[in-house]
Amino acid sequence: MTSVSTRDLVSQPYKYGFVTDIATDKIAKGLSEDVVRLISAKKGEPEFLLNFRLKAYRHWLTLEEPDWAALGYPAIDYQDIVYYAAPKQPQEKKASLDEVDPKLLETFEKLGIPLNEQKRLSNVAVDAVFDSVSIATTYKEKLAEHGVVFCSFAEAVKEHPELIERYLGTVVSSNDNYFAALNSAVFSDGSFVFIPKGVECPMELSTYFRINSGDTGQFERTLIVAEEGASVSYLEGCTAPMFDTNQLHAAVVELVALDDASIKYSTVQNWYAGDENGVGGIYNFVTKRGQCRGARSRISWTQVETGSAITWKYPSCVLQGADSVGEFYSVALTNNCQQADTGTKMVHVGPRTRSTIVSKGISAGRSSNSYRGLVQMAPSAKGARNYSQCDSMLIGDQAAANTYPYIRSQQPQAAIEHEASTCRISEDQLFYLQSRGIGFEEAVSMMVSGFCRDVFNQLPMEFAAEADKLLALKLEGSVG
Amino acid sequence: MIRPDAELLLEISDLHASVEDQPILKGVNLQVRAGEIHAVMGRNGSGKSTLSKVLAGHPAYRVTAGSVRYRGRDLFELEPEERARLGVFLGFQYPVEIPGVSNLEFLRVATNARRQSRELDELDTFEFEDHVREKLQVVQMDPAFLERSVNEGFSGGEKKRNEILQMALLEPVVAILDETDSGLDIDALRIVAAGVNQLAGPDNATLLITHYQRLLDEITPDYVHVMAAGRILRTGGRELALELEQTGYDWVDRELAAQGVA
Repeated sequence: MTSVSTRDLVSQPYKYGFVTDIATDKIAKGLSEDVVRLISAKKGEPEFLLNFRLKAYRHWLTLEEPDWAALGYPAIDYQDIVYYAAPKQPQEKKASLDEVDPKLLETFEKLGIPLNEQKRLSNVAVDAVFDSVSIATTYKEKLAEHGVVFCSFAEAVKEHPELIERYLGTVVSSNDNYFAALNSAVFSDGSFVFIPKGVECPMELSTYFRINSGDTGQFERTLIVAEEGASVSYLEGCTAPMFDTNQLHAAVVELVALDDASIKYSTVQNWYAGDENGVGGIYNFVTKRGQCRGARSRISWTQVETGSAITWKYPSCVLQGADSVGEFYSVALTNNCQQADTGTKMVHVGPRTRSTIVSKGISAGRSSNSYRGLVQMAPSAKGARNYSQCDSMLIGDQAAANTYPYIRSQQPQAAIEHEASTCRISEDQLFYLQSRGIGFEEAVSMMVSGFCRDVFNQLPMEFAAEADKLLALKLEGSVG
Repeated sequence: MIRPDAELLLEISDLHASVEDQPILKGVNLQVRAGEIHAVMGRNGSGKSTLSKVLAGHPAYRVTAGSVRYRGRDLFELEPEERARLGVFLGFQYPVEIPGVSNLEFLRVATNARRQSRELDELDTFEFEDHVREKLQVVQMDPAFLERSVNEGFSGGEKKRNEILQMALLEPVVAILDETDSGLDIDALRIVAAGVNQLAGPDNATLLITHYQRLLDEITPDYVHVMAAGRILRTGGRELALELEQTGYDWVDRELAAQGVA
């Protein structure tokens, strides 16, 4: 990672806001059953998948967009969105990177994700998704030696249809909610990970999502399956160009952990957030859920949410297996006019299941940042335990922070703890640091990263430092 | 130690300052040379603490007239962090807690900021640990305090020791200690005072802001100033502090009344 100081970084604008000029295969705007069929046909999908899409689409038509979140935005016109866009290239995915359009490789290199052999990250395998399709996946062969499947979703449909059919929609069903149904109908690509029984994935897996087109929605689908005793750490990153219109991003992520399996899923979300007056930015409506299906399994979500105009996202765990463990570590930072309504759901079903929630919300500018979380103890969750900690930090005097914890327990022997705090970076704290020779911006970033430390400690090492810098960058000019 | 030819470090001339448009300082004059220890005494509300905050650059205080020169430079042209890097140190009366920021990391960043301005090499994590352990002895502080967040959960005495530890690390040219003795029991007071004495030398100066004589039993000042109504009313040697101890501040009221101020 680079050794640029925080000070250099805080004076930079959103640096991923460029557009790659590339010929695109786009379908016409609008959504209909024909569009759903067209997407499926373009991807040459088997019938079970087309049926999955159609069922989802028909159900979606009966649903209404949810309005319970503490978010305000103009109505989304679902007929004004392009549902499929792909850089023009031959149908088959490139066998080698040499055949990939150099402009695409260049784009990812500019984003800090070099894909070619010489420069790529040494211990991280990357699946790079550009608009609706996966461009390249690195280290596939090496992973295959361990029996690990890591490829684009479209590729998995072709090469491992039986796995897709067995697991797709089993955690987030196609009629789960408005945005999940929409995604199920029109999803384009995403990543698929399969770790077979007893295998510890030998490297970090990572997917990098890039929205490029101005009027295209991104609807990716990620499915991660860890069989008995398997373990994997997965990281996703996201950026988008700066447009003065809003783009819709509605993803679905499903995780399945069987007996003794462990999945660690980290996100550093840096979609374009709109300008300081709230013009433009991504609408991020995401359904992420993991199912601890097996005994003693473990699913851990870590998220650093810094981008998007609107964030609606609740990475959750269904703790079915006895003694399974769910974790949620979150830093959500909002600045300017950003709005975030994010949190988690921990649904305890199995006996002695445990969950931990640590949420850190930072609101600056005129932004609004809400934590919304549910802890549910089913009658069968005997001896289950939850610990939640929700802290909010306010910067300036125009930002808002809200906490909406929901607790439902049907199990008298379950233990639930909830702690919450709100703080403001005070003039006196800043002055104290300044009076010891520490500059103003550095003082703010020290305090913010101190506030977030519990969460950053959960990130894979090489990304923790990046996350720290990203926050400093996002807070530029928000204090004083 | 008074040496008339020593470098003039701090020159405060007719300083006026307000907080929330309320005038607090109303014409302070003071000169501090290298090697000197000054005590500024006075009752609550006399402007002692305001003087220290203004010198350090607290944003809530507004300078309305007068000037302060620090080693020949206009102090008010410098940001608070620049003053610190150049050797102005304020020991706080109420050091704030900064949850989440490691004390060790904070001390290292601060020390390096100061070292940089003195053109000394920055200390890496390991070098700094050795360096700070040495300085801990000045204030007889438990190394466990390094692992905690800045001042978080520290007792009053621990906070003050942490202040003196910072002073030992930053090696200031002018140290302003704002009521460092308040809230300390006699043992803690002795430790803090011993630290200050150890750090005072011919090239630096100390400004002790205090209420009570008892700190001056431990640290011998070269000058004692009595502040009242935002000005220095009287200046003397250490005997002035002893006199105050015996007679109290009643004479101050009489003197102010005579001047038509109070």
